[in-house]
Amino acid sequence: MSARDRIFANIRGSLGRGPLPAPLVAELEAKIAAHAPNLIPERSRLAHDQQIELFVRMAQEAGATFSRLGSRAAVPRAVLEFLNANTVPPELRLSPDRELDRIPWSAQRELNVTRGRARRDDLTSVTPSFAAIAETGTLVFVSGAERPATLNFLPDNHIVVLDAHDVVGPYEDVLTKLRAAGSPDCFMPRTVNFVTGPSRTADIALTIVRGAHGPRRLHIILIETELRDAL
Amino acid sequence: MKPTSHAFSANAHDALQDRDLQRALKLMETGFSAGRRTAVARLPEFDELCEQGRAIKNHVLEHLDFYLERFEGEVVARGGFVHWCATPREACETILSLCRSVRAKTVTKGKSMVAEEIGLNPFLEANGIEPVETDLGEYIIQLADQSPSHIIAPAVHLTTDQISDLFLEHHREHGKTKRLTEPQEMVGEAREILRERYFQADVGITGANFLIAETGTTIIVTNEGNGDLTQMLPRMHIVISSIEKVLPTLEDAWTILRVLARSATGQDISCYTTFSTGPKRAEDLDGPAEFHIVLLDNGRSSMLGSELQDALRCIRCGACMNSCPVYQSVGGHAYGWVYPGPIGAAIDPFFIGLKEAHDLPAASSFCGACESVCPMKIPLPKIMRHWREKAFEEKITPVPQRAGMLIWAWFARRVTFYRLATRVAAGLFGLLGRRRGRFSRLPFAAGWTAGRDLPAPEGSTFHDLWSARARKPPA
Repeated sequence: MSARDRIFANIRGSLGRGPLPAPLVAELEAKIAAHAPNLIPERSRLAHDQQIELFVRMAQEAGATFSRLGSRAAVPRAVLEFLNANTVPPELRLSPDRELDRIPWSAQRELNVTRGRARRDDLTSVTPSFAAIAETGTLVFVSGAERPATLNFLPDNHIVVLDAHDVVGPYEDVLTKLRAAGSPDCFMPRTVNFVTGPSRTADIALTIVRGAHGPRRLHIILIETELRDAL
Repeated sequence: MKPTSHAFSANAHDALQDRDLQRALKLMETGFSAGRRTAVARLPEFDELCEQGRAIKNHVLEHLDFYLERFEGEVVARGGFVHWCATPREACETILSLCRSVRAKTVTKGKSMVAEEIGLNPFLEANGIEPVETDLGEYIIQLADQSPSHIIAPAVHLTTDQISDLFLEHHREHGKTKRLTEPQEMVGEAREILRERYFQADVGITGANFLIAETGTTIIVTNEGNGDLTQMLPRMHIVISSIEKVLPTLEDAWTILRVLARSATGQDISCYTTFSTGPKRAEDLDGPAEFHIVLLDNGRSSMLGSELQDALRCIRCGACMNSCPVYQSVGGHAYGWVYPGPIGAAIDPFFIGLKEAHDLPAASSFCGACESVCPMKIPLPKIMRHWREKAFEEKITPVPQRAGMLIWAWFARRVTFYRLATRVAAGLFGLLGRRRGRFSRLPFAAGWTAGRDLPAPEGSTFHDLWSARARKPPA
C-alpha cells in the first residue's frame, strides 16, 4: 500500500467512517464553489475616499512612505526626488508593464530606466500594484509576463505606482478582483504577494530592524486625480 | 532531533541558572505579550474571527480526506506535484531525491517547523547537500549549531552579545573581521552574506502556513522576505508541510490570517503574505520551474478522533508559549524537542512517546493562560491532563508522585476519613506554626520550601469554615 493510501485509510479509520458519500462530497464542492466570505471587520467599511486615507495611514504605520500625485506626468519627478532624498543612484528597474509605460520617464533625463526581471545588483525597482488593501495598508502584487515577482524583493528600494481607484477595503475584495481578472479554470497567478511595509526582522533580541532580506524602503506613489477625472 | 525531554527537570534547573538565557527571556513580555494585547484590542471582531477560524478548522478535520484530495487535484492541475509521506524518514528521502534530481549542492530554506520535526538539515548534510537557513533567527541558530527554542522566534534565547560573537566567528571567512554590536549593522551583514547564498541555491525549501483546497495554493507568512527569495530564485521550490494545514477556500485563509499575526507578533499582518500556486507559467519572467509539495502525516491521522484532535487546529502562532509562566522561566530548549511550551506539552508526548516526554505536561500549574490566548481555542490544559492521567495509568509517573496520588485518592474517596485527616492536619500544623505563622522547612517538601515559605493553617479546615458560613449567612 502506498503512503498516500495508508494516510487516507488511517484518516478514515480514525474518523470511524469510509469514504464520504457522494451527496456530501457534492455539498462540500458547492461550498468551495460559493467561497462565501466569513466575518469581515468593520474597520474598512468606509466611503472610498476614506478607504484611501485609511490605506495611507496603515501603510505609513507599517513603515511605507508616500508621494501623493495628481497625475502620471508627475511620477518621474517624484521618483527622482525620492532617490535624491535617500542618496540612491537614479537607476530604475521597471516591470515591463503597459501601465508603467504610460508614464513619461524621459521627462527626467537623469533617470536611467531599464525593464525586466530583477537582476542581482538592481538597487531600485518600480512596479505597479494590482490592488491595495485599506484594512491593513497592504499592497498586492501578482506575477505574470509584465510583472516579475523578483522586483518586489531583490532591490533595496521598492517604488510602487498605485492608482487610487485600486484601493479596496478588506482582503476579500482582492479575492473578488483576482477571480474576475483570471481565467475561469485557474484565476490564481503563480505568485500573489501581499506586502505591508518594508522588510523587517526582530530576530536579534526582539529589536525591530528594517531591511532584513527584502526591500529596506517601500515608497508608494499614489495617483489620485485621475480617479476624479474618471468619475 | 534526539529528544532530551526526559531530562526536563535538570534542563529547567540549568536554564534557571543561565544568566544570558534569563536576560533574553525577560524581553518576551514587552516583545510579544504586550504587542498581542494591543493588536487584539484594536480589532473588535477578534474573538469572533477566532471562533470562526476554530469552526473552519474543525470542519476541515472532520472532512480531512476530502479537502486533501481536492488540494492534490488542484496542485496537479497547475503542474505541481504532491508527495505523500507517512513518516519523517519518507519525507526526508523524498526531499533528498528531489534535490538529487536537479543535482543540488546547496538548498536555501525558509523557516519550517515540519522540517525540524523530520530532522531535515542533518539528513541533507549527511547526504552531501548543504542546507542554508535564511530566516535570520534560523540562520543564527544554524551558526550556533542549536535547535529553535521558539516556534516563531527561534533565536529568542540568545542575547545580542552572544550573536555578536557568533557573527564574528563565522563571518570571518566572508572577510568580516569587525565585531558588530548594533542589531541594524548585524542584520545588514547577514543580509549581504545570505544574498550570495540565494543565488547559489539549486533548490528552495519553504514551509506552509496553509494549503488551499480550492486552488492548490500554498501560503507562507514572513516579515523578512526570506521565504520569497528562497522560493523564487532557484529552479525548484519544495514546500514541506503537514496534512492538517489544508483549508477549504482563500476566504477561509484570510479569516485565520487575520488572527495569526496578531496572536504571534502583535502585528495586524506580517510584512509578507505570499500565495504560491503551481510552478512558474510559460509567460512568467521569474519563479521556480518545478513546484513540489511534500505532505507529512507522522501520525497526525491517528490524532483524529482522539483526545488530541483539537491540537490539530494549531496554527503555530506561539501565543501559548509567549503567555506561559513556565516557558518564560526556562525557555524552549528545556522542553527537549521540536515543539516547546504548552503546545509542545500537548503534542510532544504523542510524537516522541510519553515515557520520554511525561514531564512536559506535568510542568504546568494549569493557570490556563495558554488556552485563553490560543486563537484556535485549543484546550491545552485538558490535553495535558489527559497525558498526566495516561502517565499514571501506564505507571510512567515517578514512584513518589504515584504514592502521593494513591494516598490522596484513598482519602478522597472516603469522606469521613478525609475530613478527619484534614482536621487533624490543620489543627496540628496550626499549633506547630502558630508562633511564626509560616513554615520555612517541611519534611518531604524541601524542594518546595527552598524557594518559599508555607503559610501555617489557622486551625480549621475549609469544610469547617464552609459549614460555619452556611449556618450563619453574611449580613
